[in-house]
Amino acid sequence: MKIKNNIAVSDNGFVFNPASGESFTVNQVGLDILNMLRKGEKQETIVQQLSEKYQADTAVIERDFSDFQAMVKQYHLHQNEE
Amino acid sequence: MTAKARYERPLIKKLESNMPNKFGMRTEFEPVTHIDGVSVASLIADYGSPVFVLSEQKIRQRFKAARQAFETRYPRVQFAWSYKTNYLSAVCNVFHQEGSWAEVVSGFEYDKAIRHGVDGSNIIFNGPDKTEEDLRKAITNNSLIHIDHLDELYMIQEIARETKQKPKVAIRVNMDTGIYPMWDRFGFNYENGQAWDALNKIMFSGLLDLVGLHTHIGTFMLSPNAYAIAASKLANLAQRVQQKYGHEIKYIDMGGGFSSRNTLKGAYLPGIDTNPSIDDFAEAITSALMNSDYRPKTPPLLILETGRALIDEAGYLLGSVIANKRLSDGRRATILDVGVNLLFTSFWYDHKITPAQEFTSYTEDTVLYGPLCMNIDVVRENISLPLLNKGDKVVIHHVGAYNMTQWMQFITLRPNVVMIDMDGKPHLIRKNESIDSIENLEEIPPHLSHFEL
Repeated sequence: MKIKNNIAVSDNGFVFNPASGESFTVNQVGLDILNMLRKGEKQETIVQQLSEKYQADTAVIERDFSDFQAMVKQYHLHQNEE
Repeated sequence: MTAKARYERPLIKKLESNMPNKFGMRTEFEPVTHIDGVSVASLIADYGSPVFVLSEQKIRQRFKAARQAFETRYPRVQFAWSYKTNYLSAVCNVFHQEGSWAEVVSGFEYDKAIRHGVDGSNIIFNGPDKTEEDLRKAITNNSLIHIDHLDELYMIQEIARETKQKPKVAIRVNMDTGIYPMWDRFGFNYENGQAWDALNKIMFSGLLDLVGLHTHIGTFMLSPNAYAIAASKLANLAQRVQQKYGHEIKYIDMGGGFSSRNTLKGAYLPGIDTNPSIDDFAEAITSALMNSDYRPKTPPLLILETGRALIDEAGYLLGSVIANKRLSDGRRATILDVGVNLLFTSFWYDHKITPAQEFTSYTEDTVLYGPLCMNIDVVRENISLPLLNKGDKVVIHHVGAYNMTQWMQFITLRPNVVMIDMDGKPHLIRKNESIDSIENLEEIPPHLSHFEL
């Protein structure tokens, strides 16, 4: 999954969707994920990088990543796959 | 190797651009890690999760505050502990140690009070269901019987005639106090003359000793003025009895129903900020009594059967997060090991719920479900909580009233109940149930004892 190119993400976790005018906040782990998604990183890489940075089981990170991804879709911040 | 950063599950939260909350309500993310100096973690480690915890210190504090509120305004006051609110023996005995009589509403509660060592003359027997056996016992023990209906009145007269005893009685009076709904199913109505008729029947019979008048106008009352109206109406009845028969009513029992600090469902503001204090109720009741025309030689004893307002704040329910889920519309759902089977009052209140460990300031709107495989098992329909994870502990506040009597053995078993004493030492006051506690009561007919699948 990739984030839409026009979504603005600030360094301190403020997210803005200019198409809808909606704003969001993300916490630090959410910010890390959003930034990696914007770069087009795959799930495996994201989970691995998070487990290197944070004190948590890979299984927990994987579960939370899926949930976060679902919310990104719910808020229509993702690019539709061709 | 550098230490890894603390993990918090990722959160993305939409910023709402509608009107800000003008009351500036706080979300409940301030953790409550200790109760009376005992850590929540150690209570769960020692007694399991979920577990009810009662603070003896808070019970005594609330009782003393209530007594002070009334005794500083009226010369003769007596509290009677409402057994149905919480009849765990340890709880009842705290109130009895503080000087409370017992107020019971069934033969079971009556026997419990006797077992606790309460003298029969200090037991008030209310309620619509008193069997002949219950009444005979109460009459022999010189208890105060509050008559609910005429059938009961005739039965008591019959026993009095037969046993040559003179039972001490009061009648329960229901009335319009300006609140809705009006409780008219218990006792005799004031406005339509039923109560006055019942009093005349008692006085004419000469078989019973009419010692008091009782009312209980409702539950979780938010209007002290309703009590002022009720007190005036009881005083008026007392005065009419005195005028007509030269007989003095010895006590006026105003029942209970004072609100606690819980927040009723649908309330806009939290109960802790809006519900009347015990002083408000005391002021309304005592002013009405003292301003009434009833002037016996000795002022009537004012009896209060307050339950909820004295114990709700002293009770906590500790629980753990079983799982997090996402609902179809994107809402967060968290499943706790505490459900409506233990927390009956979650049908009435938006209970205050706080985490028992530190979190960051990020919160999310959450639906809190209990563990039951039943759709009704919702603890909070919407609450803003920190990012809870499986295994995290939560504290549910103000659960001391009714939950430990109205709880259900349904799907799961009932947990331990612990009381923390005045020195901060926890004591187990009711053991958790096991499958044996349930199955020992069952019998299987011989033809159903075997099967093959």
